[in-house]
Amino acid sequence: MEIIDKAFAGNRGDKVRSDCYVELELKDSGGLNIVVKSKVQAMFGADIEKLVKDFTEFYNIKNANILMEDNGALPLVQAARLEATYKMLRSDSRPFFFKNPSQNSLATSKEKSRISRLYLPGNNPSLMINAGLHHPDGIILDLEDAVAPAKKFEASFLVRNALLWLDFYGAEKMVRINQVPRGLDDLEHIVGYGVNLILVPKCESADQIRLVNQQIDVLRKERNSNQEIWLMPIIESALGVVKAYEIATSAENIVAMAIGLEDYTADLGTRRTEEGKESFYARSQVVNACRAAGIQPIDSVFSDVNDMEGLARNVQNSKALGFDGMGCIHPRQIKVIHENFAPETAEIEKAKKIVNAFIEASEKGLGVVSLGSKMIDAPVVKRAQKVIDIALSIGLIDVDWRKEF
Amino acid sequence: MNMKKTGKMVINAVGRLVPVEVNGEQQIPFQGVGKYRPTGRRYGPPLVSCADFPSDGNKLVSNLKEALVKAGLKDGMTISTHHHFRNGDLIANQIFDIAHELGVKNLRWFPSASFPCHEPLIKYLEDGTINRIEGSMNGALGRFASEGRMQGVGVLRSHGGRYQAVQDGEVQIDIAVIAAPTADAFGNANGVDGAAACGLLGFALADSQFAHKVIVVTDNLVPFPCIPWQIQGNYVDYTVKVDKVGDPEKIVSGTTAVTKSPDRLLIAEMTAQFCEEAELIYDGFSYQAGAGGTSLSIGIYFDEILKRKNWKARFVRAGSNQYPVKMLEEGRVDYILDGQTFDLEGVRSMRENPNHVNTSPFTSYNYHGKGNFASMVDVVILGATEVDVNFNANVVTHSDGVLLHGIGGWQNCLFGKTVFLPVPLFRDRIPVIIDEVTTLCGPGELIDVIVTERGIAINPRRTDLLEKLKNSKLPIKTIEQLKEEAEAICGKPAKPEFEDEVIAIVKWVDGTVLDSIRKVKK
Repeated sequence: MEIIDKAFAGNRGDKVRSDCYVELELKDSGGLNIVVKSKVQAMFGADIEKLVKDFTEFYNIKNANILMEDNGALPLVQAARLEATYKMLRSDSRPFFFKNPSQNSLATSKEKSRISRLYLPGNNPSLMINAGLHHPDGIILDLEDAVAPAKKFEASFLVRNALLWLDFYGAEKMVRINQVPRGLDDLEHIVGYGVNLILVPKCESADQIRLVNQQIDVLRKERNSNQEIWLMPIIESALGVVKAYEIATSAENIVAMAIGLEDYTADLGTRRTEEGKESFYARSQVVNACRAAGIQPIDSVFSDVNDMEGLARNVQNSKALGFDGMGCIHPRQIKVIHENFAPETAEIEKAKKIVNAFIEASEKGLGVVSLGSKMIDAPVVKRAQKVIDIALSIGLIDVDWRKEF
Repeated sequence: MNMKKTGKMVINAVGRLVPVEVNGEQQIPFQGVGKYRPTGRRYGPPLVSCADFPSDGNKLVSNLKEALVKAGLKDGMTISTHHHFRNGDLIANQIFDIAHELGVKNLRWFPSASFPCHEPLIKYLEDGTINRIEGSMNGALGRFASEGRMQGVGVLRSHGGRYQAVQDGEVQIDIAVIAAPTADAFGNANGVDGAAACGLLGFALADSQFAHKVIVVTDNLVPFPCIPWQIQGNYVDYTVKVDKVGDPEKIVSGTTAVTKSPDRLLIAEMTAQFCEEAELIYDGFSYQAGAGGTSLSIGIYFDEILKRKNWKARFVRAGSNQYPVKMLEEGRVDYILDGQTFDLEGVRSMRENPNHVNTSPFTSYNYHGKGNFASMVDVVILGATEVDVNFNANVVTHSDGVLLHGIGGWQNCLFGKTVFLPVPLFRDRIPVIIDEVTTLCGPGELIDVIVTERGIAINPRRTDLLEKLKNSKLPIKTIEQLKEEAEAICGKPAKPEFEDEVIAIVKWVDGTVLDSIRKVKK
């Protein structure tokens, strides 16, 4: 009986853009038979053929049929699709880097503003390429719910290549892995490749966090990577809500904790409403646990992308409950989220005075910051600085705001 | 007879190699913007007498075939049509079905534009019924021409250039067929009434004035007088009543929808912000924006700025649709100067509102006139398939060299005061900003600002804009920086390969030859 040694990855069809479809059939003889069909043949046909050849040389493939149907994919996408097909057929841990990883390991701080974070399906390159231009605080490459089960394997290579080579224009690079334990396998493709923060979905115990961190440490050592990796557990069940504080305090590198209301309301046996009465307890519980643990509480996404007024009301409500930010599923939501989480004028004016006093004190070499007759503690300065940062990021104040002092 | 031999080629004023003879006619190479001066007089069709036309005004003949036969249809003639019905045109194909049936050969089709619905004409280009198309070639027709399969050489003109060519006698129309949503038996016609209402018939004005024979075809025949008479029956030889002149749903859309693409909206937002910061928008300003996704959104952002400042635009040059109509009705613009109507709201407004004005390529674009209003527009928003580092732009061919679009009013609009090209930095993997455009359609000296999602380049000639925007938070970059950024992401594209054979030429607004388009290599 003939053994079929054939795999495919990627997407094909008229509506597919910035992606490609690859078929790889490994054979015992017959040499290499490479077919490239590209929408951009005239401009990049030769480049694509070279990439396919580099791939065969890298994995020492001598006999194979390879079909590449390209709809204007960037090289990082083509390389991910090729690598995925090979790894479906052979176990080989070496990643296929079609060029040197760019030096884009931007470090982020624990306190960094995380008002908006944009979810992107991990197997959809066309949405990734321009995502950073919309300036969310973070971009989440999602390996969990936004990727069909059959596509999760190939998506992990695309996500890795996006982390390595796509410019997110300053947005924090986040990945949502699958639920632990499956999610532990995803770490293989992201740790040491530029990820800043990992979202741990459907989190219900401190143990899950411990397992994630163990695996991160193993991989970091293996790859000589010392890049800081932050965690953001997502609470999505009744049990998770009960364990919120335990989870929030389970590791030093947890910087924020989010709530996912679709799954949570399903777990409660109810439905999500715009008013949100059904989740009031859970949201408050998460906010409270986060504040007690000194991390950022982050709200669930608002899923009607056409209803900007509903989104604005939702954000105002979220801010009033004490959240620091929320997820978004469409770039147009980012601006509304920022504007409605924005500090109020009085808050900004106060923050300006505090930060200015701090800068003046440091310029004079004073150890103590005071405003009028009041002493100002370091955490107050920090909070004020954050208000200034947010106000700056959404253009409420000018970069040279200190001119007025 | 092989008409496609273009023979001797010369280098024109912008360094492009162009033929001096095309389809047996002498050509003048482009000499620079505003350099060429025409001589002589305007073309005049033969004189006629009322004695030869029915005094009761009834010019009806039984069908289109009879009209074409009476008009003297024969080999080698030039047949013109207009494109106000866009992809819903049902008449152009019938003309050539009839010509084929009569065994007529070697016709020149001179449409103001062609659409995908004209793809069936390929068989007549193949069998020699039609020698060539002089007008935009889109989709399948463009590909057909690019493969070198059209017998004659295509000639691409702007809307204004088409009027100029007819007026100057460069193209002499033997028979003009004007499909009209409403007409009377005398030949008066308009586009505002009837099932196929398309707003106006401005693109057919030159055809009515200068063709030797004029046929008006309608499915909505009204008793004399047909008011408004956008086309005047005094120019018309024959009228024909048919069952259906066009497919309404393909002529105008019910509504025009704003783009939901976040990337296009970003470009639109950046463009509007640039205009505001550069103080190009003021109480009484004017702008031109089409019905494409990005332009439509830019118009909406302009409207928001006007609302916020409590200002009014003096006029909007359109491609009209529901958005400028709303501005007109709510008092934020005094006039819409409309060249073609894109949705039902536009048609309604054109019918009801005297301040929604029907314009023609004569009033808006003709370069051999005593001025035209295109140069009076403050802000002009256009598209492009490619832009090069010298701000030259291409609208007719794709980066693989295939002819896929017409020029439309694009070249004419370049004379506006500040011309913007809001374009993506790359489409899929294809960079839009490159070293040198595949086909030159508009000289860079007329193009002022390129807005992409990754940065905005200002033409160095516009020192005023550079000065105004020097402290802007907008990402102002040089065009070279943008080109390099595109190449860093996409890779450097190879240039398309061509055969020597010229398959079409691109005319400038003054009738000179700006560039030539060659057959693509298989």
